[in-house]
Amino acid sequence: MHAEEKFTDATWPASPEKATLEGKNKYLGFWLFLGGETVLFASLFATYLALKDKVPDDNMALAKDLFELPLTFIATMLLLTSSLTSVYAMYHMKNRDFKKMQSWLLVTVLLGAAFLGLEVYEFNHYVHEFGHTFTSSAFGSSFYTLVGFHGGHVAFGLMWIISLMVRNAKRGLNLYNAPKFYLASLYWHFIDVVWVFIFTVVYLMGMVG
Amino acid sequence: MSTYAKKKGFGATLWDFLTTVDHKKIAILYLITGGLFFVVGGLEAMFIRIQLAVPNNDFVSAGLYNEIITMHGTTMIFLAAMPLVFALMNAVMPLQIGARDVAFPFLNSLGFWLFFFGGTFLNLSWFMGGAPDAGWTSYASLALQSEGHGIDFYVLGLQISGLGTLIGGINFLVTIINMRTPGMTYMRMPLFTWSTFVVSALILFAFPPLTVGLTLMMFDRMFGANFFVTAAGGNTIIWEHLFWIFGHPEVYILILPAFGVFSELFATFSRKRLFGYSSMVFATVLIGFLGFMVWAHHMFTVGLGPIANAIFAVATMAIAVPTGIKIFNWIFTMWGGKVRFTTPMLYAVAFIPSFTMGGVTGIMNAAAPADYQYHDSYFVVAHFHYVIVGGVVLGLLAGITFYWPKMFGTMLNETLGKITFWFFLIGFHLTFFIQHFLGLLGMPRRVFTYQKDLGWETSNMISTVGAFLMAVGVLVMVYNIIITSIKNEKVGNDPWGDGRTLEWAISSPPPFYNFKQLPLVRGLDPYWIEKMEGKTEMTPAEPLGDIHMPNGSFLPVTISFGLFVAAFGALFHMDDKAWSIPVIIIGLLITFGSMLIRSVKDDHGFHIHKEDLMDNTDKGGKS
Repeated sequence: MHAEEKFTDATWPASPEKATLEGKNKYLGFWLFLGGETVLFASLFATYLALKDKVPDDNMALAKDLFELPLTFIATMLLLTSSLTSVYAMYHMKNRDFKKMQSWLLVTVLLGAAFLGLEVYEFNHYVHEFGHTFTSSAFGSSFYTLVGFHGGHVAFGLMWIISLMVRNAKRGLNLYNAPKFYLASLYWHFIDVVWVFIFTVVYLMGMVG
Repeated sequence: MSTYAKKKGFGATLWDFLTTVDHKKIAILYLITGGLFFVVGGLEAMFIRIQLAVPNNDFVSAGLYNEIITMHGTTMIFLAAMPLVFALMNAVMPLQIGARDVAFPFLNSLGFWLFFFGGTFLNLSWFMGGAPDAGWTSYASLALQSEGHGIDFYVLGLQISGLGTLIGGINFLVTIINMRTPGMTYMRMPLFTWSTFVVSALILFAFPPLTVGLTLMMFDRMFGANFFVTAAGGNTIIWEHLFWIFGHPEVYILILPAFGVFSELFATFSRKRLFGYSSMVFATVLIGFLGFMVWAHHMFTVGLGPIANAIFAVATMAIAVPTGIKIFNWIFTMWGGKVRFTTPMLYAVAFIPSFTMGGVTGIMNAAAPADYQYHDSYFVVAHFHYVIVGGVVLGLLAGITFYWPKMFGTMLNETLGKITFWFFLIGFHLTFFIQHFLGLLGMPRRVFTYQKDLGWETSNMISTVGAFLMAVGVLVMVYNIIITSIKNEKVGNDPWGDGRTLEWAISSPPPFYNFKQLPLVRGLDPYWIEKMEGKTEMTPAEPLGDIHMPNGSFLPVTISFGLFVAAFGALFHMDDKAWSIPVIIIGLLITFGSMLIRSVKDDHGFHIHKEDLMDNTDKGGKS
C-alpha cells in the first residue's frame, strides 16, 4: 500500500497509521521519541523533588500553602477526558469516518484549551497571592519549569492538532495523513500520562507536606 | 533519466548539498564539518601544550587558557568526535543493512544542520567577547560566576546541536528496526550496525538529561532562575548529576562505534569470520546498559557517601568484563587468520594495547578511595585521553581510511597513510603516557602554568614534543586527502579485496538509490558468502521495479537557522538589550514557520522508473 492510493470503506486498512512504510517508520520513531521525552520529564521531576520547598526565607510559601485540591482536580478531569475523546477520534479514524473524527478532535482541543486556561489562572494566582514566582526561590524555579514544560507541551499539542484539522478539513482521510493524526493523538496521551504524575508528585504529595 | 538528471557547476553542487536528504551526502557533510572542528580542537590542544611546555610560561594568559581548555574539550567531544562518528554511521550503516536510505531522510538532514548551526554558534564566542571558560563539564558553581557570554554560548550552542544528535539517534534506531533487507536478521547484522543501534539507544536516553541541564543553566543565567543558586535554595550538585547522567553514556556513544569499526577491520583483514560474534553483540549491548549505571564515578569526591561510592565503583568495574570479552575476541579473530597490515589494520592492532591501558587506568580510577588521590590530577587527563584518543580517534582514523573509497570512490595513499599512523601513534604515547606520572607527582589538571623545580619540566616538554608529532601525522593525512582528491583515480566496489558485508557489493560511491534490487542475505557476512560460492554479485530479493525516493528540501537549513537567530536574542537578553526579545521571536517564527510549511505542504517523494534503471549498466547489487 502507498500513500496516494484511493480507498473505499471496505478497502480501508485496519491500522491505517501503519499501512505504509512511511507510516510504520513514523509510528516507531514517535514511540522512541516519547521514550526520550520520558527521560526529559524524569530529569525535571528529579530536579523538582530535590528543590521542593527549598526557599531562602522562612516566610515564603511552601507546597502545602500553595496547592488547592478543587482547582487541580478539575484540571486533571479536563485533561483525562480529553485523552478519552482523542481515543474516540482515533476510533473513527480507523473506521474512515472523517467528520466524526474531526468533531471528537475539536472536543479534545476545547478540553485541552480549558486545561491551559486553568493553568494560566493558577500560575497567576500563585504569583499575585503568594509572591511565588519563577525567580523568587529554587522551589519556584523548579515548580514553574516542571509544570510549565508540561503546559508548553499541551500548547504545542493543541497547535499541532488544530493545524492537522485545518489542513485536512477539505480532503478527508488517506494513508498520508492517517499516521499524522495518529501520532498527534499518541502525543496527547503522553501529555496526559505526564500530568497524572504531576498531579500525584507535585500536587497530592505537595498537599500532604 | 529525466527524473534524476543532474545539473553541474559549483552553484548547483552547493544547492544540492544544502537541500540533500541522501544519507551518503549527509555523511560527507558531517565528515567535512567534523573534520574542520577536529582541526580547530587540535589547534587548541597545541596551544595548551605550548603553554605548558616550560614552567612559568606566558604564551597565553590564565583567562585565555581557561577558554582554550574548555573549548578544546567541548569541541573535540561534541563538534569533532560526534559528527565524525555520525559521518561513518550515515555512510555505512544503511548500506550494511541493505537499505535504500534511512527511515527519515528529511530528519537526517535536519539533524546535520542543527549540529552545524549549534557548533558554529558555539565557536562564534571567540569573536564575540570570549569563549566559555568553566571547563567542558561547566560545573554550575563555576559557570554561574563566569562573566561575559562564554557560558551562554556553550549552553545555547550545545542545546541546538544536541537536538540534532537526538534526532539522528531516533532516525538510526528506526532505520535498523524497519529497513533491513530480506534475510538481514538482527543476528546477521554487522558489528558496526550493531554498535550504531546500541549507540542510538544511548543517545535517545542520554541526551534528554543534558537538554534539561542546559535548560536549567540557561534559565539561571538568562532568566533569573535559582536552580544552582544556593542562597536562594538551589543546589549545584543537580547540574553535576544531570551532566554526568548524560556525560558518561556519551563516552560510550563515542567508543562503541569505534569498537564497531575495529570489529569490521579485524574480520576483513584477517580474512576470517569475527570470533565470537554473538558474544560481541552481547558485550556491546551490556556495555550500553551498564553505561547508564556508573555516572557518579565522576563525582566520587563530591561527598555522596561511602555507600553510593561503593555501588558506583563496583558497577564501573563490571564494565571491564564485556570490554575484556571484546578485546579477547578481536585477538582471537586475528589468531590463525591471514593478517594483512593495511593502514586501517595498523590502527586496529595499535588500538588494542593503547585502549587496554586506558581501561586499566579506568579500573584504577574506579577504586573510589584511590580516586581521591587521582582526582583532578594529570593522571585523569592521561586516562581519558588513552580511551578517547587511543580508542575513539584511532577508530575514526581507521574508519575514515577504510571507508574512504566507499564514500568518495578513491583510495587514500597507503604509504602516506602509514606515515600518518606512525607519527600519530608515537606522538600519542609520547604525549599522554608521561602524564600518568605527572599526575602521580601531583600536577593538577586545568592549571595554566607551574613553578620550576617541582620535577615536572622534563615530562611536560616530552608531552609537548609528542603533541607536535601527532600534529605532523594529521598534516600528512590532510596532504594525503588533497593529493588523492586531485588524482581522482576511481576504484571498484571492493577495493580492499576482502570486503565481507553488503556495502562492498555495490559500486564506490554507490548510486543514490543504493541497491537497484534489494539484496537477499543468506547469513553473517553476506557478500563473503556469495564470493565463497564463486558468485560475483548478491542474489536479488525482489524483481526490478520502480524505486520510491524522497525529495530534497531546504527547510532543514531554515529550521536550524531560526534557532541560531533566536539563540542570539536569548544570549543578549541578559544585557537588557531592547532588541533581544524581538530577535528571539523572529528566530522562533523562522523555525516554527518552516516546520508549519513542512507540515502543510504534502511531500510524496518521487519514483525512479523501472525503464530508467534498466538502461543503466551500472547495476546496484552487482559486483
